Amino acid sequence: MSEVSNNAPVIELRPLTPLQEFWKYFSTNKGAVVGLVYIAMMIFVAVFADLIAPYSPIEQFRDALLQPPSWTGGYLLGTDAVGRDILSRLIHGARLSLFVGMLVVTLSLGIGILLGLVAGYYRGRIETVIMRLVDIMLAMPSLLLAIAIVAIMGPSIVNASISIAVVSIPHYVRLTRASTMTEMSKDYVIASRIAGAGPLRIMFNAVLPNCLAPLIVQATLGFSNAILDMAALGFLGLGAQAPTAEWGTMLADARQYVQSAWWVVTFPGVTILLTVLAFNLMGDGLRDALDPKLKQ
Amino acid sequence: MFQFILKRLGTVIPTFFGITLLTFTLIHMIPGDPIEIMAGERGISPERHAILSAELGLDQPIWKQYFSYVGGILQGDLGNSLVTKKPVVEEFFELFPATVELAFLAALFAICIGLPAGIIAAVKRGSIFDHTVMGVSLTGYSMPIFWWALLLMLVFSVNLGWTPVSGRIDVSLWIDHVTGFMLIDSLLSDEVGAFGSAIHHLILPSIVLGTIPLAVIARMTRSSMLEVLGEDYIRTARAKGLAPWRVIVIHALRNALIPVITVIGLQVGILLSGAILTETIFAWPGIGKWLIESIGRRDYPVVQGGILIIATLIILVNLLVDIIYGVVNPRIRHAK
Amino acid sequence: MSLLEIKNLSVTFSGFRAVDNISYSVDKGEILGIVGESGSGKSVSSMSIMGLIDHPGIVTADSLLYEGQDLLTMPEKRRRQLTGADISMIFQDAMTSLNPCFTVGYQIMETLKVHQGGSKSARKVRAIELLDLVGIPAPESRLNVYPHQLSGGMSQRVMIAMALACDPKLLIADEPTTALDVTIQAQIIDLLVDLQKKNNMGLILITHDLALVAEVADRVVVMYAGQIVETGIAEEVFKHPKHPYTQALLASSPESAIGKSRLAALPGVVPGAYDRPVGCLLNPRCPYAIDKCRTEEPGAHESPLGQVKCHTPLTIEGRPAA
Repeated sequence: MSEVSNNAPVIELRPLTPLQEFWKYFSTNKGAVVGLVYIAMMIFVAVFADLIAPYSPIEQFRDALLQPPSWTGGYLLGTDAVGRDILSRLIHGARLSLFVGMLVVTLSLGIGILLGLVAGYYRGRIETVIMRLVDIMLAMPSLLLAIAIVAIMGPSIVNASISIAVVSIPHYVRLTRASTMTEMSKDYVIASRIAGAGPLRIMFNAVLPNCLAPLIVQATLGFSNAILDMAALGFLGLGAQAPTAEWGTMLADARQYVQSAWWVVTFPGVTILLTVLAFNLMGDGLRDALDPKLKQ
Repeated sequence: MFQFILKRLGTVIPTFFGITLLTFTLIHMIPGDPIEIMAGERGISPERHAILSAELGLDQPIWKQYFSYVGGILQGDLGNSLVTKKPVVEEFFELFPATVELAFLAALFAICIGLPAGIIAAVKRGSIFDHTVMGVSLTGYSMPIFWWALLLMLVFSVNLGWTPVSGRIDVSLWIDHVTGFMLIDSLLSDEVGAFGSAIHHLILPSIVLGTIPLAVIARMTRSSMLEVLGEDYIRTARAKGLAPWRVIVIHALRNALIPVITVIGLQVGILLSGAILTETIFAWPGIGKWLIESIGRRDYPVVQGGILIIATLIILVNLLVDIIYGVVNPRIRHAK
Repeated sequence: MSLLEIKNLSVTFSGFRAVDNISYSVDKGEILGIVGESGSGKSVSSMSIMGLIDHPGIVTADSLLYEGQDLLTMPEKRRRQLTGADISMIFQDAMTSLNPCFTVGYQIMETLKVHQGGSKSARKVRAIELLDLVGIPAPESRLNVYPHQLSGGMSQRVMIAMALACDPKLLIADEPTTALDVTIQAQIIDLLVDLQKKNNMGLILITHDLALVAEVADRVVVMYAGQIVETGIAEEVFKHPKHPYTQALLASSPESAIGKSRLAALPGVVPGAYDRPVGCLLNPRCPYAIDKCRTEEPGAHESPLGQVKCHTPLTIEGRPAA
């Protein structure tokens, strides 16, 4: 007797394109959509920061120090201790944070994928070396390692980005290696190998496209981590240097006004929180939409 | 089991040497002449330069420097602080109890709230409670804790006046340094209200430091629990006519906790990096604050030694977690 | 009074009827076979007897009587006292049905503890006795073994021991041998039938193995798409199936293909939630379907030996009467 499964009773008149199918699953997660909208808005604000921001982020209005937020006073979110408009600084900070996020993710993703593919493809000694290196880096708290790297290279936004990128490489290496090893044992890879495809072709044409899903999710979370870590480094004085408008640095400057001017502390923090939350929400949604195990 | 521990130890040792190589390399990545950089803007005389060079072994070939570095480590010598001239190891273990105390309470806070929240959220999947736990924990996970610290300080210390702003104990109290753990030392001292003051000072920093681990533990417990609740053996347990609490507490929880233990172990790293920020904000005299101040003072031996000790401790904790994991998971315990 | 009597049981999952108004009964000392394809609702119906259907599944029935007491209306606590003790169940995949974190002994003694209490040593003696009963060698030493150290057949024996712990009057075996090697399958079935005779239990044997049912069952229920299409004395049903679906099932069993070049197969699949046909649920797959079958749902035709839910029941020659 034939065992017939009826697990998939949904009748689809026309198969969905992969993008449509992705959107169908992604859009069921309301939080993810909210996160996506927020990020889209932030990108818009960052790109047109010069047009949107009411003032220059570094211009000091000496007659308007620590102005509280008001609709009529000209400073929507108030001013800081040296009379800079907080809203304008936040808007320009968005540009910086996105830039840092992009830089970090590109660097760490690129290097991570490369190392992971090599480890998963060649196995053997080279894999042992790479994976031991990864283990060592994972044994260190990432923020501590990033702090150490910045401490040595000198505090600056670029050095901070590099250090954050370096400490996030191990996650991508692990993910890529694991997926590569799974894919390598599949028939289609063996088939293309028999057909004479070279290592590079197999790695980038056959294996990589099939392990993109977890990497995309991890990259999204990497974005939120980068923003959070950059803010932490900025807060410790190891990131952006004055007078650059960076969210973490803004908070560090605001520390001494906790008691007297709540707005200089509140708004940068809320902005960091919301941005990181948006990326994490989107990451969750992406995982649900891209993970075939949860798709049923 | 014994073999399992031996096998894990076998991977710990190379990792440890890898870390010594890493900390060694880090210091040698300092661009320019390390001694001139350490000296800062004041400059340094050629004679003093030569003396320091010999003292730090910088005149030797690089591989020799590494071997003498590792040799020193194996004898417990991590060099001396450039500022205080005291051995790094000594300074570290003087300040370490303060960090352990803080991290321990933060972990306690995270586990005591995170575990039950995750379990209940999983059991009541889809309920308002579940949505609240998931929403709050994702927010907690996204929290910039240095800002969270400021916010809590603003509300509870400044506005409500419930908790102190910084430090480990009221400045009017004098507590002898016995164990280094303020909760214990305050009980041993004659000062009235010392223990209460110590607790008071611990509340906000612990909450701040425990926030991210709390979020991670709650989320992990929930997803692990949900997975286990769908297993066949849970159906068996219910078919045995067991009460719902027994099915959840005995049959589901035991299995669900196995991955959660690993996650809790991983929080040690998060706690120690978080301690850097938390201690800086709350003026908590632990290793986090010490490290940041040393970076500011360009006290490289302290930075190098501190990172090495912390990384080593984390490897050891991970080893311990692996062993506990083996003990609670019969599939590993009985593996040949 | 029957041991178990089900009247118009339905199980609904968000609008989809996985089990659709079925009624059957089991007597003491009787083996009832329930057969059907995957998705026919045979497992779901037995899970509802055990109270294992969770939200969003909804179980309704005119009555679900165990020894005259309605399982659906009795207090939750009373029902739990019956499940696992008087009514117990074993599952398809024994390897995953045992909790990996606890020893075999613990899992058997837990059932004893919850339902019968007694001293720890008495429970241990009983657990050893049970393991011995299901044919596990060196039972004392097996008490401290973890499930992952057992083979599939051994696991299923442990499951049976656990199910028999409190001398149940009704045992439900849901495809107890599907996950096992062929040689082990026969051993497990022999053991089940043996124990059933010894304890005079009612046994519900759920399977898609028709040959097995024909061999051991007293009566048989054939299910299709959540409905019972035919019931009757096992021998009679297999010799002279009255429902086209039963006939097709028999024709597609490997045993009946001996000497033929091809194995007969019923085209199509069991309808799911969104493609239920109008009229008789089998009509798109039925070789004998007439117009009436496509518009009107058939009622159950009573016969002295059973029931058949078909507009055109088959005669002894295996063809529709009309």
